[in-house]
Order: sequence, then C-alpha cells, then structure tokens
Amino acid sequence: MVQRLRVRYAKRGRLRFTSHRDISRALERAVRRAGIPVAYSAGFSPHPKISYAGAAPTGVASEAEYLEIGVSRACDPLRLRADLDASLPPGLDVLDVVEARAGSLADRLEGSMWEVRLTGVDPAEAASAVAVFLAAASVAVERLTKKGMRAFDARQAVQTLTVVTDADGTAGQEPIHSCVILRMVVRHETPAVRPDDVLMGLRLVAGFAPPSPPAVTRLAQGPLDAMTGEPADPLEADRVGGDL
Amino acid sequence: MSVESLFPRLEPLLPKVQKPIQYVGGELNSTVKDWDEATVRWALMYPDAYEVGLPNQGVQILYEILNELPDTMAERTYAVWPDLEALMRAEGVPQFTVDGHRPVRAFDVLGVSFSTELGYTNMLTALDLAGIPLHAVDRTDDDPIVLAGGHAAFNPEPVADFLDAAVLGDGEQIAIAISELVREWKAEGEPGGRDGVLLRLAETGGVYVPKFYDVEYLPDGRIKRVVPNRPGVPSRVFKHTVMDLDEWPYPKKPLVPLAETVHERFSVEIFRGCTRGCRFCQAGMITRPVRERSITVIGDMVANGVRESGFNEVGLLSLSSADHSEIAEVAKGLADRYEGTNTSLSLPSTRVDAFNIDLANEFSRNGRRSGLTFAPEGGSERMRKVINKMVTEEDLIRTVTTAYTQGWRQVKLYFMCGLPTEEDIDVLGIADLAKKVIKAGREATGSRDIRCTVSIGGFVPKPHTPFQWAAQCDHETVDRRLRELRNSLRNDKQYGKAIGFRYHDGKPSIVEGLLSRGDRRVGAVIEAVWAAGGRFDGWSEHFSYELWMKSAAEVGVDVDWFTVREREEHEVLPWDHLDAGLDREWLWQDWQDAVNDVEVEDCRWTPCYDCGVCPTMGTEIQIGPTGRKLLPLTVV
Repeated sequence: MVQRLRVRYAKRGRLRFTSHRDISRALERAVRRAGIPVAYSAGFSPHPKISYAGAAPTGVASEAEYLEIGVSRACDPLRLRADLDASLPPGLDVLDVVEARAGSLADRLEGSMWEVRLTGVDPAEAASAVAVFLAAASVAVERLTKKGMRAFDARQAVQTLTVVTDADGTAGQEPIHSCVILRMVVRHETPAVRPDDVLMGLRLVAGFAPPSPPAVTRLAQGPLDAMTGEPADPLEADRVGGDL
Repeated sequence: MSVESLFPRLEPLLPKVQKPIQYVGGELNSTVKDWDEATVRWALMYPDAYEVGLPNQGVQILYEILNELPDTMAERTYAVWPDLEALMRAEGVPQFTVDGHRPVRAFDVLGVSFSTELGYTNMLTALDLAGIPLHAVDRTDDDPIVLAGGHAAFNPEPVADFLDAAVLGDGEQIAIAISELVREWKAEGEPGGRDGVLLRLAETGGVYVPKFYDVEYLPDGRIKRVVPNRPGVPSRVFKHTVMDLDEWPYPKKPLVPLAETVHERFSVEIFRGCTRGCRFCQAGMITRPVRERSITVIGDMVANGVRESGFNEVGLLSLSSADHSEIAEVAKGLADRYEGTNTSLSLPSTRVDAFNIDLANEFSRNGRRSGLTFAPEGGSERMRKVINKMVTEEDLIRTVTTAYTQGWRQVKLYFMCGLPTEEDIDVLGIADLAKKVIKAGREATGSRDIRCTVSIGGFVPKPHTPFQWAAQCDHETVDRRLRELRNSLRNDKQYGKAIGFRYHDGKPSIVEGLLSRGDRRVGAVIEAVWAAGGRFDGWSEHFSYELWMKSAAEVGVDVDWFTVREREEHEVLPWDHLDAGLDREWLWQDWQDAVNDVEVEDCRWTPCYDCGVCPTMGTEIQIGPTGRKLLPLTVV
C-alpha cells in the first residue's frame, strides 16, 4: 500500500435503504469496475483495504459518509473521485476525495448533524416537545440491540436540537412544505445515540408521536467546532497537510 | 395508456420491513424502458425471495434478451416476504416490478420461472396481490397471460388451473417467438381476445395451454387420457432446445444487486445438457443433448462479465462442469488471465471420475481455496448401479485422498436417501464409505487434521426420468435410516469426530413428491395450503408439512397415492402429453435396467443408446475439443 485516500460520499434517495454491508459490497465492486488499484490484505483470504467510519443506519440518508481506501499505486484524488463516482450506482455519490496526510479519520468524527423530516405534525407541538426534551437533564430510552433491549440516556449526547421553520430543503432533496424539520447535532458516544432515539425521547417526555415514519438525513459529521457546536469538515486537516 | 410508478406508495412501507433494499430495484445493468414505447410487456417472476431469485440465470437471460427487442420490454418481480405482504394488503399496494415499480397486472405476459415446485404457493400470493384471478378461467382481457417455464414446467399439471400457458425447455428462442406472436395479435386488434392469443400459441405446438386439454379419469382414479378440446390444438407439446450456445452468449450485462444474494458471482454456463444418465436426475434427462459452449466464447463471456459486474468470483456452471471437453484449457487460461487479481474461479458441479487435482489447483490459484464437494449419491456399489452413477469406491477414495494430500482439509460428500430398491444396508454403507475416506486420508497425509462432511438429501422421483414410475420412499423409513446412519457415525470412536453429518427430515420430500408427480387434482391442495397462509415452502422456517397434509385431506387428495405408489408400465402419467423427446419405451427399459443393476454408458463417448431425444427434437451432440486456446487479456 503506497497511499491512503479519504472519501466523502452521499447515500441518497432510494439508496438510503442500503445497509452498511450492502454499501461495502457495492463499493468493492465499483472499485474493481473502475480499475482503481486497491491494495489487498495479505493472507489466506485477501480483502480489499477499504475501511468505513461510522456508517449511517439502514433507511437513513446521508450527505456525509466517510471511508478510506488503500491503493497499491499512487492515485490522483480528483481522478479517483471521478472514476469511483462514475462506477457507483446513482444515489451513492462521491463528494470529496483527499489524500490522507494526518491522524485517524475516525477520531475526527466527533459528532453528526442530522435532519429529521416529519409529515403531518403541528410545528407548535414539535417546538414544545423539543423544549421539554432540552430542559430535561437526562432522558432514558430503550432500544433493541444485538444484546437485547438496552436502556441508555438520549439527552446528554444531544448538543443542539431545533425546529426549523423555513423548509428551504437541503442538498439532494426536494423541499417539502407540509413538514416539520428537526435539526440536531449529536455527539458520537457509546452507546450511539441516533435520531430515532431522540424521537423516542420526545415521545417519552412530551407524548410527541409523528403519524408517519420520519425521513432522516445526516447532513454533516466531523470535529465539533468549539464556537458553533456544529461539525466541521473532517478532511480539512488532510487538505492543509498539518498535524491535527 | 401509461402506467404510474407504485414507488411513492411503496416507499412509506419500506422502513417497516426487513431488508428493504430488495424491493428498490436499480441494480447495475438493469433496464427501465418507457412504458409507451413498448408494445409487448413482460413481467418476469422468480417465485422466491429476491435474494434467491435475482441471481437466477434463466430470468437474467430472458430479461436481457426480451429487453433487446425494440418493441418489447421486460421487468422483474419476486416473492415479497410476509412482512411486506401484510403491509401491501393493508395499504392496497399491488404486486410490483422492481425495475419500474409498475403493477404486474398491467403487463401483457407474466412469465414465472419454476426451478422447483416449492414456488407454487408464492406464485399464488403474487397473482392475488397483483389482482389477477387465481384461476385461468376467471381471467379477463385485462389480465396478463400467466406463462410458466423452468424445469418444474415439464409437469405443470398441479398448477394447470392457475396457468394460461407453459413452455418446456430452453427459453431464449421461444420467448422471442411468443413476444412476436403477441405483438402481431395486438397489432391486429387482439382478435378473439384472450382465447384468441392462447389458441395461436397452442397451435404452434411449442406452447402448452392447459385449458385446451381435457383430462379424463378411470374409475380407480388413474388418468384415462388427456385430449385437446378444440380444433387446431396439437395432442402433444414439445420442448425447446437451443442449438449452438455460442450464438447466445448471455448474460452479457449481468445484474449486480445492492442487496446480498445467495450467489455473489458472475456465472457462465459452459454447457447445457448432460448424458451421464443418472437415473434420478431430471435435469440430465430433460436438457439433452449436451451442447458445449466453446472455450473462446467462454473466455469472452468471462472477460466481459467480470468487467461489467465487478464480481470477484466466476462460476463455470453446468450439470457436470469437469466434463467439458476442454475444461483443463479453460481453467488454465482463465487462471493465467486473472493471475494476481484476486478473481477466483469455482466449478460448482464436479464428478469424482472427471475430477483431477491439476484442475482443482488451477481453480484455487487466484483466490480462495474453496471446499471440494463430490456426489457419489448412493452409499453402496449396488445402489450406484441402480441410479447409474458409476463411481467406484476405489475411485472415490483415491480422489479424496489426493485432495487431502494436496492440502484440502475438508471434503463434502453428497448422498441421497430413499432411492428405489434401497435397503437399510445401502444407507449404512454411507458411514462405511466416509470412514474409509478418513482412514485413507489419515494414512496418506500422516495427519489427523482432515474432515469430511456427509450431506444427505431425500430422493424425490421426477417426471421424464426412468424413476417416474417408482414408489417414493415413505418419510418414516427415510427418517429411520438416517437415524441409524447418524448413530453409526456418532458412535464410531475412531473416525466419528472427523465426519460431519447434515440431513433434513423426510417430510418435505413427500410434499415435493406430491407436487412433482401430481396431476390437476393436486391444484386444489396448493390453493388450500396457500389460502391457509402457506408461503415460501422452500424455507424450512416457513414450510409446514402438517398444513399440506391437512389441506390434502380437506380437499380429498390421497397423498400416498401420488407419492409412495408405484406406477405400472402403461398407466397414463399426467405429463405424457408433454414431450421432452425421451422415448417412453427407452425410459421404461432404463427403469427395468435400474432394478436389475444394469448400467448405461454416456453417449458422448460410446454409441447412441436410443434415448430418443436427438431424432425427436432434430438435435445433435455438440462437443469439442476445438483446439483453441485462451489468449492473455490486453491490459486496459
């Protein structure tokens, strides 16, 4: 392996129904079709050196997914971006590629900004539920994990949570005027707190129960900016080439 | 009249179901044509879950061929799991295609590919969800023609009431011909309506329209005769055979799914047909004669398929892949081409007697060394003579021992239980064979780190084979023999731990037997099972033997009569009017030979033994060697 490249990609539209494993297979095949000289692990059963950082759950769209590809021959990031994007199915779209220069990418992904679109919801009701949630010191929720039902706090990890009133739409999505949008920044913790955990929390503290399934999109993830509290570009450190 | 996509109505249901990606479509190399640009519209169904149906070669080939026709379009549909089925019923969303998410009922033809009989209930679910009447006689001009194909269509009688038509054999040319016939009929203003087009199809002699045939029964329940009930309909319907596979190099654009499926590889059929003459094997009987694809076309298809798909495994498919006349050259040429690319090759069906270690080494050169599987099928020498699987014990032990000495640690051996004339000792012979394999392997390698897995399936007599007259073994006997075999393996202190044992109970084979050799009266059982919630019968977690038996009893069908009853020579069999080219007298003689332990050779290498296929169908054996070689691929 002579070089590592860091890739930001989006998971849009119908392809939000892909699981992490689906994406991993699609990527390996796209890399082969595109003729990208991906490096392989040594050993009995060689695997391509592609590693994924914090994949969005099945059913959740994302504008900010990250992975790292190790290659056996130096590649121009711009060329790789074009080749990989052309080879991936529409809906898995490559947005940015940089050469890895510093540190661990996963360590920089401190938090995510999520957008949750809810249809058939009264904005005032949403706003008051959010206020109750934010006023609470902790909100215990339960989720079914591989280890069975697990209880944890959904409040602490939530950095910001707001009701967005102007439905001006986000990248890759048509604006929907009849819906309420929640926007939140959630720190990556263990166990992970996901937007549906926050929704569960809103239901528990304020009886807030949207009638139809939420449309969730990750807008950004990265190091949490001390000033704004929002995630910054995690690839910036590689672009400037300095140490983080 | 254009047709709206159902996706906006389906999408809100998807977050609530397992593996939603399987319903989304958009596979690499899939095609969505403009509805109004096509005159003939096909929905192609594989009646099982997407993960099983998507890799199916037959559907992929027909999908591609039909979409290549300028005025024809084809989309795919699969069985939806019960979680989505419930939501679709609640929300009124009909059966949809995964390509354009169009309602199945809006298509002209619904082609259903039956590799196995266990998809019958899933077809009924799809018809019902689509809003298409289950019974062909209840359908109107607004319903598609429901057309069955695939190996199970060689006896479509159990589903005859639900089908408008069935075709036997290779689908490439007949699908195009049907599309053309439907196009002409539509262009003429659909004269005669639904029956008009069905009659035209029936008159060709290559499409079976069940409702144009009456079945008459004898007082004892056997069939008296099957006769056409209108003029112009031929008394026999023949299978279709594609000659010169090199002219049909499909799939050219293999479908690459996002969802995980059962076969994650690019597959090339290296030949069709098999004349080894295994008497239990329906596929070997109904796909004759052997037609090889040439080494150079195989090489071109692999190069194209790997480039188009990005798959890292290539499967060379056929009924007995090591029998290709140039398999050694194919393996070496492909291994050379893909040296260092982590592209592995697999050879799914390999006979013990055609296997050689050089071949196996070529196949594992550029990737994983996959396990080796051999299928002696019968546990004793006598049993193997009965089924005409001529593998001697010495051959098997020598081959497996060679594999162990070359570094393979694990070998899988496949057998059947419940074969005609089988006795307890034949099944217990499997244990002896497995122990001998381990003993010889330990001696040859000097290591105790070798294993073999014995895997057993229940035998089901199939139409168009010499065993079509045979009594199926009852499930109590099968289960008892398997228990004794398991005990014999488990209680062996010396070798037991080195031998794995995998088997299923004998009950599902009885249901498969009922559906395989059933006649039209069995349709009522299928419908009753489906109405009571029967789905996905090929999946052990969904299959219910009790439901099948209860439903059969309710509609008055005697399951034993269809399964464990031996038929006599001149009994009219439900599929006798459907012609696979096999001479009925030859099949009977082969059945008699089976009972007398008489073997038959392969007609590729010995004189013709008059099975009847070539003269009836106007076909001939097409095999190499061509003497050609695979050249290195130019690096792009």
